[in-house]
Amino acid sequence: MDLITPDLGLVFWTGLNFIILMFILTKFIWKPIMSAVNKREDNIQEALDMAKNTKAEMEKLQTQNANLLKEARIERDEMIKEAKATSDNMINSAKGKAKEEADKIVENARTSIEAEKNAAVSELKNQVATVALEIAEKILREDLSSDEKQKQLAETFAKDINLN
Amino acid sequence: MLDKTLKAFVWMVVLLLSAPVFSGSSSDGEPVDVTEMIMHHIKDAHEWHVLTYTDDNDGKQHVSIHLPIILLDDGLKVFSSEKLYHSGEVVEVTVHGKKDHYYANKELGYAVFHETIYKLNQEGALDFDEEGHATNAKPYDFSITKNVFALFFSSILLIVLMTAVVKSYKNDGMHPPRGLARFVEPVVVFIRDDIAKANIGEAKYRKYMPYLLSAFFFIWINNLLGLIPIFPGGANLTGNISFTFALAACTMLITVFSGNKHYWKHIFATPGVPWLLLPIMIPVELVGIFAKPFALMVRLFANITAGHIIILALTGIIFTFGSAAWSGLSIPMSLFIGVLELLVAFLQAFIFTMLSALFIGEAVAEEH
Repeated sequence: MDLITPDLGLVFWTGLNFIILMFILTKFIWKPIMSAVNKREDNIQEALDMAKNTKAEMEKLQTQNANLLKEARIERDEMIKEAKATSDNMINSAKGKAKEEADKIVENARTSIEAEKNAAVSELKNQVATVALEIAEKILREDLSSDEKQKQLAETFAKDINLN
Repeated sequence: MLDKTLKAFVWMVVLLLSAPVFSGSSSDGEPVDVTEMIMHHIKDAHEWHVLTYTDDNDGKQHVSIHLPIILLDDGLKVFSSEKLYHSGEVVEVTVHGKKDHYYANKELGYAVFHETIYKLNQEGALDFDEEGHATNAKPYDFSITKNVFALFFSSILLIVLMTAVVKSYKNDGMHPPRGLARFVEPVVVFIRDDIAKANIGEAKYRKYMPYLLSAFFFIWINNLLGLIPIFPGGANLTGNISFTFALAACTMLITVFSGNKHYWKHIFATPGVPWLLLPIMIPVELVGIFAKPFALMVRLFANITAGHIIILALTGIIFTFGSAAWSGLSIPMSLFIGVLELLVAFLQAFIFTMLSALFIGEAVAEEH
């Protein structure tokens, strides 16, 4: 029976001893251990969170880079296209101008040629007229001795002049 | 490396567990009262009997540690237990038809019978009733008994070990635990996560951590020390009802004083119970307040005491049959139970802490 009867002395000592032990352990043991363990766990959690955030940021940056690259490519294509258009325009306009110039030159040449020709023709006409006059003078001096001849000649001349 | 450690550990266990065989041996021809031996071991004592040997003159020599006796009886009286056991006289009596004896010291006026201290009567003797109980008055006994000594020893040992553990955290606490801390930290984290947080809840567990940790390690170290057969281990402290009573009382007080209004409402006006039934329910719930720690008290006491009894009984087989050949059976079996008890030592400490946390958790739980 005394095996299952609590003994006052031992209950007293156990209670007193346990309470003192609990205070000593709490102050000098559990608090430092718990705070160290919690601190370490917080640290690990922080590091993990940071790694996660960094990874997300990296991914974001990567997508950003890819987008930038894509945009740059599009821009380059556009620029090339624009440049091509500009150069085509320039070539076309240059071609047009050159043609105009050439046409102008040709026109000018034609006009001057015409003028030259006209001048030459009129010169020739003058010359011819002079020569004809000289010839006519000579012929007249020779042939106009008789009336018949004069008449005949006049007729011939008249024919010639008409042919001209 | 691990193999070596394991081997050393197994040999240590074997050596430790074979020690009761040596300490329990007696001189030839004298029968050993195994029941008496077991009961003597599991009960508290006022002196610590370490061993008995036979000297050259075939006389029995006892090696005991005399512990101080502190009595509260018209003032404080302190004297060594040697004055009762050895300086006094051994009085042979026949009580209840059975031969027995008690130790009396007439100068002091006290006698010790079955480890209980009585005041001597006018004639300097003890009176016995028909059932064989002494009827003399008993002083209040606050002696440093075997168990109280074990209590102090384990507390100091625990503080020393934990001081070694806490050194690992002194620098910055960031590096992984070293040395003993590698062993203690997982246990601390286990108590925090799987006992305190799981049962009390994330919001309120912090306040109860010191109690749970202290109770767990204190019970565990005492369970383990109880398994060591020789001084300073071997006291059946955690298998003593007084010890478990004191700890269970702590759990009960913490539970009752932590109880919030939902807890008390549940006791005095259980939700969903018709008010006519309340006169029945309230006493039932009030009994429940005491029944829970009572179960804690009995569980720890019974488990540890049973373990001690089984190991001693298995060892006692050798002496009951009086043949060393029985050790072939008894030693492997007590070794097996001994190793099992190592597990039980942890398990019972865990269960006590777990149930304490559960009861506290019920008391502080918010209404769902």
